[in-house]
Amino acid sequence: MATAGSIVFGLLTIGTAYVTGAVVGKVVEPAFADHRYKLGALLLGAGVILGLSALKVLGIFGRRLGSGFMQFKLQAIYRQRVTRRYMELPPSWHAQHSTGSLLSNANSDVEATWWPIAPLPFAIGSIVMMVVAVGVLFTTDWVLALVGLGVFPCLFALNVVYSRRMAPRQAKAQALRAAVSTIAHESFDGALVVKTMGREQAETDRFAAKTGELRDALIRVGRLRGIFDPSLDSLPSLGTLAVLVAGAWRLQAGAIGLEELVSVTLLFTVMAFPVRAIGWVLGELPRSVAGWDRVQRVLTATGEMAYGTRDVPGTGPVDLEFDGVEFAYGEGEPVLRDVTFTVPAGKTVALVGPTGSGKSTIATLAARLLDPTCAENGSGTGSGTGTGGSGSGGGTVRIGGVPATELSAADLARTVALVPQLSFAFDDSVRANVTLDRSAAGGSGAISDEDVWAALGTAQVRPFVERLPQQLDTELGERGTTLSGGQRQRLVLARALAGGPRLLILDDATSAVDPRVEAAILRSLRDTASGKGATILVVAYRRATIALADEVVYLERGRVVAHGPHQHLLDTIPGYANLVTAYEKAEAEREREHDYETDTALEDTALEDTAVEDTAVETDTAVADGPDELLEVSR
Amino acid sequence: MSTADSTAGAVTTAPQGTWQTLRRGLALSPELRTGLLGTLVLAILSMVGRVAVPIAIQQGIDDGIQAEGGPDLRRIALGATITVAILVVTTACGYLMMRRLFTVTETALATLRVRTFRHIHDLSMLHQQTQRRGVLVSRVTSDVDSITQFLQWGGVILLVNSGQILVTTAVMAYYSWKLTLVVLLAFVPSAVLIKKFQPMLSVLYGEVRKRVGFLYGAVSEAVVGSAVIRAYGVGERTQAKLDDTIGSYQKAQRRALRMSVTSFSTGELAAGLALSAVIVVGVLLGVDRQLELGELIAFLFLVTLFIQPVQIATEVLNEAQNAVSGWRRVLDVLDEQPDVADPAHEGVDLPGGALDLTFEHVSFNYPGGPRVLHDVHLEIPAKTKVAVVGETGSGKTTFAKLLTRLMDPSEGRVLLSGVDLATVRFESLRSHVVMVPQDGFLFDDTIAANVRFARPLLTDDELQQAFTDLGLADWLAGMPAGLHTPVGERGEALSVGERQLVALARAYVADPDLLVLDEATSAVDPATEVRLQHTLDAVTRGRTTVAIAHRLSTAQAADEVIVVDKGVVVQRGPHDELVRDPDSIYARLYASWLEQTR
Repeated sequence: MATAGSIVFGLLTIGTAYVTGAVVGKVVEPAFADHRYKLGALLLGAGVILGLSALKVLGIFGRRLGSGFMQFKLQAIYRQRVTRRYMELPPSWHAQHSTGSLLSNANSDVEATWWPIAPLPFAIGSIVMMVVAVGVLFTTDWVLALVGLGVFPCLFALNVVYSRRMAPRQAKAQALRAAVSTIAHESFDGALVVKTMGREQAETDRFAAKTGELRDALIRVGRLRGIFDPSLDSLPSLGTLAVLVAGAWRLQAGAIGLEELVSVTLLFTVMAFPVRAIGWVLGELPRSVAGWDRVQRVLTATGEMAYGTRDVPGTGPVDLEFDGVEFAYGEGEPVLRDVTFTVPAGKTVALVGPTGSGKSTIATLAARLLDPTCAENGSGTGSGTGTGGSGSGGGTVRIGGVPATELSAADLARTVALVPQLSFAFDDSVRANVTLDRSAAGGSGAISDEDVWAALGTAQVRPFVERLPQQLDTELGERGTTLSGGQRQRLVLARALAGGPRLLILDDATSAVDPRVEAAILRSLRDTASGKGATILVVAYRRATIALADEVVYLERGRVVAHGPHQHLLDTIPGYANLVTAYEKAEAEREREHDYETDTALEDTALEDTAVEDTAVETDTAVADGPDELLEVSR
Repeated sequence: MSTADSTAGAVTTAPQGTWQTLRRGLALSPELRTGLLGTLVLAILSMVGRVAVPIAIQQGIDDGIQAEGGPDLRRIALGATITVAILVVTTACGYLMMRRLFTVTETALATLRVRTFRHIHDLSMLHQQTQRRGVLVSRVTSDVDSITQFLQWGGVILLVNSGQILVTTAVMAYYSWKLTLVVLLAFVPSAVLIKKFQPMLSVLYGEVRKRVGFLYGAVSEAVVGSAVIRAYGVGERTQAKLDDTIGSYQKAQRRALRMSVTSFSTGELAAGLALSAVIVVGVLLGVDRQLELGELIAFLFLVTLFIQPVQIATEVLNEAQNAVSGWRRVLDVLDEQPDVADPAHEGVDLPGGALDLTFEHVSFNYPGGPRVLHDVHLEIPAKTKVAVVGETGSGKTTFAKLLTRLMDPSEGRVLLSGVDLATVRFESLRSHVVMVPQDGFLFDDTIAANVRFARPLLTDDELQQAFTDLGLADWLAGMPAGLHTPVGERGEALSVGERQLVALARAYVADPDLLVLDEATSAVDPATEVRLQHTLDAVTRGRTTVAIAHRLSTAQAADEVIVVDKGVVVQRGPHDELVRDPDSIYARLYASWLEQTR
């Protein structure tokens, strides 16, 4: 429609030139010659010009709306595709791409890609117009036609050179746009740190440096445009002059009349502008290509985790099994080595270990946000796609006996709920944050408000929500900024509970919650767990949490060091004992200090240092000879 | 245009007119006027070439072709040659003009970007939170881009075309003022209509810009929350939300375009009207011997030269509405007065050495929200170590934020060593007072770069020493590349506990006189935490420390504990004293803590 509209427009433009020429020749010239006019003919001429103008308006509507709507539609489609891809790509891919650059891909790059669509129909119309114009020129006079043939290809060639030269400059600019967006996003995201450290100026300098680069890149783009744009503008003018000279010569030779000469020169003048549209398309093409490349990089990114088609059989709690699992982030050192343990159905297992020992990675693998890494090729992620389950290389995670890689996406989400360490709230209402529009456990319809309140109750956040002005309909703001850390954490906990998971994974999910509240949550979780029947894997430091567990898996540096009941580990594993009794020891230390209050600080410090060293030594020993033996015991 | 996403507390600004916005925009970017006169002169010169062509045609027809004794080819060739020479000069002028324009606009807008960026950082935390991060990013990226696009595409065209319209009108008037009048009259109705369309377009394009901001926000949420979305299998739901945002952006674009095309097409009708009117009136004048044929033909060319820029100018004006909306949104950000403002030069500096702090009847409530702190009145002597405890939502974090002047009290004052916090220069404040927030946000760089954040000049050895001081040398040695290990976006390549360790080291090297820890070690394992506590004790000796704590081990180790409940300080004193009253809130918290850890 857009192309048709612009072709109509183009033809009408030529038509206007000829009609004007004809009116000049048939009506105006005789009138000037005879000094009288025929009213009818004059009005007819004027009317035809006006009529053509009205038709051109239709052409404009067709062209502009058609091409604009097409452009918007393509932009929307590609924005959807790009964002859909963001959803499909796994966390490991996201870890390698900054939010700012992904924002840029979805907006500015998509926009750049389809930018030339708007002038495209106009340009096509212009090309058709050029061809027709040359044809018309030939019927008028071959010499004038040759002039036209000389000018138009020149325009075209100049445009091609232009876009060739422009391409690298535009690509650079587009990449810098993304870089600027990345810095801005990161800096606003970390605004609190920037503020508390008083680094506003330093951050501004960092942003200014990139912005400066972008500015320079854009100025380079502008300089090139400065050379080509005016040249492209003056070419049709040169053509008009050439037509005048050649036309005069032909007129003298008697080959054409004044009427033809006027028509042809007018034609060149009115065509000057539409012909520029071709330049616009070609001029923007490099930016478009740069944008397209960047969009394609997202659309063709690999490494997504393919889901299987199987469901976890039965109902009620499911067991979780880690079988020789290895994992490394990217090309780095493995953070998990040969991790093997089982959480029997309906049981609670606590995962304990020092900071950075791989607990969160295990929690993430258990929810299949990551797949174990293939040991042989050592390459990043996505190794578990397709066949899965053979346990080759990176080992296998099984949920209810089914390798996690073979589970369907829907069943995986239904079966397993992970409450991550950092709670993420959506910019939505309390209700929507809890239900996430999932269907209730057992698949019978949506999660009811009753279920939501029950989950909020279990997570100990019900009284807080009840006090909110709009209760469940209260909007939380971006990432739940209106909530305190503890409240957000409990809300996220309620989200996990509301789905009635068969396997619940808590990754230190109560760290921001006060001890008393945590105790209450844990008790009711335990009740809920036994009532609805969920298996629980909980990353924990607190003794109370650990006490609720049937078994403890103790990790150090990515290896399972020991595995068994809490008391057993406490008695046999010094590293473990050191970790979970740290507070008691610290208190005992303080008591001692209290008793020898007058002792010099120097001695104290020395004492502490020794204690720390001791711990380290003990830990190392445990790593060296502990695990195998203990695993045996615990089985 | 609505200012829907301006803050609750801010005065709702009245919708502003296009010219007002442009004036304010130009006033804020005075660089845009640099060499404007020269650029304008070049712009006008650059289009002289175009007007030269119809004059050459007129001369050619009247004096050359219709010369007495048959067409005079030499004369025509001479005229054409002169015109070509003029064209060459004017093309060069065009190049110079664009070069200047690009340099000036890009420089000015880069400055605007940076200034807006800085201003966003200067806004208070509360202010920042009311704006979605994606929206803020769109302010310094796509909104400024829309201004650039307008100033360069539109700006060039508007400059050149205004010049062309002026010169053409002058030349037309020279040929025949009567016909010129006819042309101008033909454009009156469309001018009236276009003027009427402008405010409507302004509203529609305002909507478009707003939708871009929403799009940024939605994409940002989907990307940042991608792991949660995946874990809960709610990709479809998120996608539906995204599709919705994308769809309403598209709809807004379409509505704006429809109006813009309608506005544009009136120009075409006016053009037809002008052309036919010129022929009719021209013939009448010609018959009356007031006009030569060549003059009328030249006039027809001139009308074309007049119509084109007018049409294009209409187009540019429409586009301008898009840019003006973007500009307005940037200006709106700049107009937001930071409610927690840096007194800058008028401010005072904090005295050196450990600071004592005083809360003088301090109350706080979020704008339009309930009171979260009630009449807190207390003093903390210098060099003491204080723990603030209380249940979730009791007001602990608010206490820390008031102390570090991330927010100002609604009532009362906060004093550091007798100096009202509100009068302290930020530079002095931030170098004396450092807070380690709950969420140890790290920048996408190495561990070293993150720790060096506040002290860029520290050497690697000094950084290494800092980790050793904190007892974290072993941990650091375990990282794949030690100090030079990249931490990933937001520090996501490290575990949450490890991020907190780096954040703590970052605060430690900042060497503050008052250190505020807001649950800074909540994700660190107990053994490490206890060790850190010891080492922190050693290194913070001689400074004042306020620790917001949920692990009561911190409270036990503190000189004094402040217990906050429902926004009120209910108890204070050393741990041992507080636990003596078994019915007190603290004793109950402690009992629960013991239950948890034993």
